[in-house]
Amino acid sequence: MPLDLSDRVQTVPPSGIRRFFEIAEERDDVISLGVGEPDFATPWAARDAAIASLEAGKTAYTANRGKRELRERIADYVADGFGLEYDPADEIIVTAGASEAVDLAFRALVDPGDTVAIAQPSYISYEPGVIFAGGEVLSVPTSKADEFTLTVEALESAGADEADLLVLCYPNNPTGAVMSEAELEPIADFAREHDLTVLSDEIYAELTYNGSHTSIATLDGMRERTIVFNGFSKAHAMTGLRLGYALGPAKAINAMNKIHQYTMLSAPTTAQHAAIEALNSCDEEVREMVAQYDRRRQFVLSRFREIGLDVFEAKGAFYCFPEVPNGWTAEEFAEGVLREEGVAVVPGDVFGAGGEGHLRVSYATGLNDLREALDRIEAFVEEHV
Amino acid sequence: MSEREVLELLRENARYSTADIARMTDLDESEVAAAIDDLEAAGVVQGYQAVVDWDELEEERVRAEVELNVRLDRETGYDDIAERLARFPEVTALRLVSGDYDFDMEVEGDSIREVSQFISEKVAPVPEITQTVTHYVMTSYKENGIEFGDGEEDDRLSFSP
Repeated sequence: MPLDLSDRVQTVPPSGIRRFFEIAEERDDVISLGVGEPDFATPWAARDAAIASLEAGKTAYTANRGKRELRERIADYVADGFGLEYDPADEIIVTAGASEAVDLAFRALVDPGDTVAIAQPSYISYEPGVIFAGGEVLSVPTSKADEFTLTVEALESAGADEADLLVLCYPNNPTGAVMSEAELEPIADFAREHDLTVLSDEIYAELTYNGSHTSIATLDGMRERTIVFNGFSKAHAMTGLRLGYALGPAKAINAMNKIHQYTMLSAPTTAQHAAIEALNSCDEEVREMVAQYDRRRQFVLSRFREIGLDVFEAKGAFYCFPEVPNGWTAEEFAEGVLREEGVAVVPGDVFGAGGEGHLRVSYATGLNDLREALDRIEAFVEEHV
Repeated sequence: MSEREVLELLRENARYSTADIARMTDLDESEVAAAIDDLEAAGVVQGYQAVVDWDELEEERVRAEVELNVRLDRETGYDDIAERLARFPEVTALRLVSGDYDFDMEVEGDSIREVSQFISEKVAPVPEITQTVTHYVMTSYKENGIEFGDGEEDDRLSFSP
């Protein structure tokens, strides 16, 4: 039979938010808090560097792993910012978004039948990525009681001691949870004890409020078993430029590069020029964006508390994760508030186990829109709850 | 430090309520109100005004930037001249600047005739003023940090992962 689709593709269900897209299309006054990308434009110096590179005709492939200069700048940036020490020669690979890097890691490390434990709720691509690579997904639900941090109890009760890999994303999409060094230590112990490889998606590392980000790879004995993912989409507001990277031991990065060189060849060249400049001269812009997000974060958390929706103190990324009122499912609430009030939020169950009964609310939107959106949510709650 | 933060927010939007500012900061509402009182009492905050795009209104509004050169003498300094000019309600801004001229003055009126008359009859005759150069504003693109126009379309998808 022609076009006989692979089981792998057919196993993965369509994205849970497609239906909401269609409802949102019906109205023209929708304020979207459903967005997973910054509302800021890429810092001008980075855009200008991209333009200059195009004018100079720098549009050829780069080295498979990315321009050497960019890898060196990344090495300095992660060393200064997060204490992560990686050799630009063979421990860093530049990819088309951090998403590509995560996919490469799954394909480089997962054999058919391998089990990949995923701390959930989490970014929606991990699960399909594992399935496309032929692995088995093991959901490890986190809960509001733990402020959506991962605990050893959660790992044990999910049976993650039997897993081969563990995927973490902190600061977390969709909950906004962060994990401190003290909270990561027992997870690192667990990974070492049960010989787990850790894939740590730290794309939101820079968006950590009231404190600094700790990478699990910096904990004792973790560097050799961890791959760290980061990129330019969130902190440098470069989503559409598609540029991310992975840091890890040469053995893993070389294997990922083998797949990358045959499938992607190299990450977008123009974006690499923008990224070099972003790291060279855009710290001030990043700080300003982080300050703006923090203000909005406090505003949105305060408003949810006033409205009477239970919300934990999200301390990272640009999301908060309020609970829907009793008697509602997240999907019902999200659909109602979209249809009646024109506010788009994402039901938490889209992000896997532990997300049910919650809403992902993005504050990557200007304060005027946030004020209006929260007023509308308040009106919806007053009307129906 | 909290005053500085409140000031920054008021500069962004002076119509943020004290409640909104409290929500965005670690301060409570009474602390925000106190910070605003202090800023006003200290003369740091001198007032609050709407930023208007006159092109969006039917009626005409004429504005001009006027360069002024002055001659000082033993009895008359810049401050004396400025004080005299600032009293005119037509003058909306007055600054002493470096460069080719001394004062940079903004004037507003209902017609070109009114503004021209004001400059020729009220400003030019001031004895210390030696020269005026008037530039009528043709279009304003940005005022007080606010860009005019419809604003940029948010071209992001309404949902993204």
